[in-house]
Amino acid sequence: MTQDNRIDRRFARLREEGRKALVTYLVAGDGGPENTVPLMHQLVTSGADLIELGVPFSDPMAEGPAIQRGHERALEHKTSLRKCLEMVREFRREDGQTPVILMGYANPIEKMGAEQFADAALEAGVDGALTVDLPAEEAGQLNGLLSERNLRNIFLLTPTTSDERIRAITGLASGFIYYVSLKGVTGAGNLDPEAVRTNLEHIRGFTELPLCVGFGIRDGASARAVSEAGDGAVVGSVLVSAIGEAADGTAARDAVAQLVGEIRGALDA
Amino acid sequence: MSDKKSVDYSAFPDAQGHFGPFGGRFVSETLIGALDELQAMYSSLKDDPEFQAAFDYDLAHYVGRPSPLYLAERLTAEAGGARIWLKREDLNHTGAHKVNNTVGQALLAKHSGKRRVIAETGAGQHGVATATVAARLGLECAVYMGAEDVKRQSPNVYRMKLLGAEVIPVESGSKTLKDAMNEAMRDWVTNVDDTFYIIGTVAGPHPYPQLVRDFNSVIGREVRAQSLEEFGRLPDALVACVGGGSNAIGLFHPFLSDSDVKMYGVEAGGEGLASGHHAAPLNDGVPGVLHGNRTYLMEDDDGQIIETHSVSAGLDYPGVGPEHAWLKDIGRVDYVVADDQEALNAFRMLTRKEGILPALESSHAVAYALKLAAGMSPEQNIVVNLSGRGDKDIFTVAAIDGIEV
Repeated sequence: MTQDNRIDRRFARLREEGRKALVTYLVAGDGGPENTVPLMHQLVTSGADLIELGVPFSDPMAEGPAIQRGHERALEHKTSLRKCLEMVREFRREDGQTPVILMGYANPIEKMGAEQFADAALEAGVDGALTVDLPAEEAGQLNGLLSERNLRNIFLLTPTTSDERIRAITGLASGFIYYVSLKGVTGAGNLDPEAVRTNLEHIRGFTELPLCVGFGIRDGASARAVSEAGDGAVVGSVLVSAIGEAADGTAARDAVAQLVGEIRGALDA
Repeated sequence: MSDKKSVDYSAFPDAQGHFGPFGGRFVSETLIGALDELQAMYSSLKDDPEFQAAFDYDLAHYVGRPSPLYLAERLTAEAGGARIWLKREDLNHTGAHKVNNTVGQALLAKHSGKRRVIAETGAGQHGVATATVAARLGLECAVYMGAEDVKRQSPNVYRMKLLGAEVIPVESGSKTLKDAMNEAMRDWVTNVDDTFYIIGTVAGPHPYPQLVRDFNSVIGREVRAQSLEEFGRLPDALVACVGGGSNAIGLFHPFLSDSDVKMYGVEAGGEGLASGHHAAPLNDGVPGVLHGNRTYLMEDDDGQIIETHSVSAGLDYPGVGPEHAWLKDIGRVDYVVADDQEALNAFRMLTRKEGILPALESSHAVAYALKLAAGMSPEQNIVVNLSGRGDKDIFTVAAIDGIEV
């Protein structure tokens, strides 16, 4: 990759500053489509470094209950992939720096057409994509289309990924690696920071990409624990739960501000 | 289509689980390790004589195979054309073809040493078949069932509980079969160390479409031998209903290379294709990705999976096995529809003419066979897969008749 993009620049800057990345996830359209872009700005103000914008899908097979409900709420507002791209475009009017990654499932992209999606993502100001149900074996076409447009392909690695697969996946991945810290679905518990450390050290033998750790991070302490060996923490379920419980957009922003602020503080302490 | 004779059907799926452009493994990285483990185990066992002998023994002594091939003379007379033979999968233990697969996967589960099995179910037939083999092997069993289906299928829910299974109502999404499958996948990825997932149809990520097909192919192998014995040649046509498609592929697969044998997969036409209220993705859907494989799907303009409709809960699924998607595209199998009304008419006719109460799923196949037979000659033979018995459906039919049972 010859050109850098917002994701690369952000990790370079964090490395210079000796800080850990805080990657935050929310489902586009959750809590009402009009509240998504203000929530994205709030995440940044409160200390998020990267935003993963979840694209709602009717069958989010890899998600735990909290994020499933986020998808369902967003679909009640008919939040399509097209609308998600419009939200990113709107976000970019005020924020040209914060990297935005679309995280979702293959079928809405297939429906739009992979090439149309890649064009639209670039045009909207998206920086990368993580398509949960496109493992390395099936990701080739979309990967190529995104790479040609200087967009990054984020992949998951797990505690059960074999060395052979780690080699294949890190060969395809760009931007950063999302390390899934435990077996299960998003929002699960039982995080073991020592196991995370061992696995991350192993993965560093295969790639120089930044390693961010997600699944099971619910507060400042757990974020700090996992990010010590990694380059950042991914926080999703607790934010989506807070948005689901909030009475309105203002309450959602307040709740998110408090959670992200606390985690940012713990990461920087 | 012209070169369909030259296709080597035994070469599919390929090593990555593809049937042409369909199938594959569209799952989160979190599931890949478990699927690799399953695939390795199945590859090492499927041609192992000891494993095959154990499977054959269970099919003979526990399931009650071979199931008969029965000439339905009064039904044949009613249609007024080709002879209609019924492959009596309804006579299997637990009353449907589903048990062929659960017996096979239970042997895999036992071999894996895992102490717990899980399953998804729609109408409850696969759930019952799974709870049955779990009881026999002393394995813990959890069955995921959409909350809507739990309400609609209370007799099967109770059967599963009697067999010692835990039935977990699924409240997410549309609260039906597709959501039960999502939830079972989530359970599996979380508890993979001690849990074996018994998928009930030829869908899902590789290697499930292959292994469920292989276990059900006993149906077609028996029909081959029985046809030669009963009428001295292969059937002219095979007919089976298609939801996910496990009974159909089980009947069709051993005949795919016999190009003179025509095959018809019958999808659920619901209230008619034009109404949009149906479960016929091969007739009215588009290719997409769901539940770990690429196949034909019922979806909206944004790529969201939509709710389906059929009078038969077992066909009420928005996807279909990837091998069927491929067989459609290469023109080897014709996929047709029978609507709710046609299926109900066939249900009543078979019951009254032959004294056989068919499952509403299988009634779709009977409905199409009646039409097909009428256009064929009396020397020709049609084999219909009577995939299940209809006792479970009497409440549905009674409700339609306005009768409280």
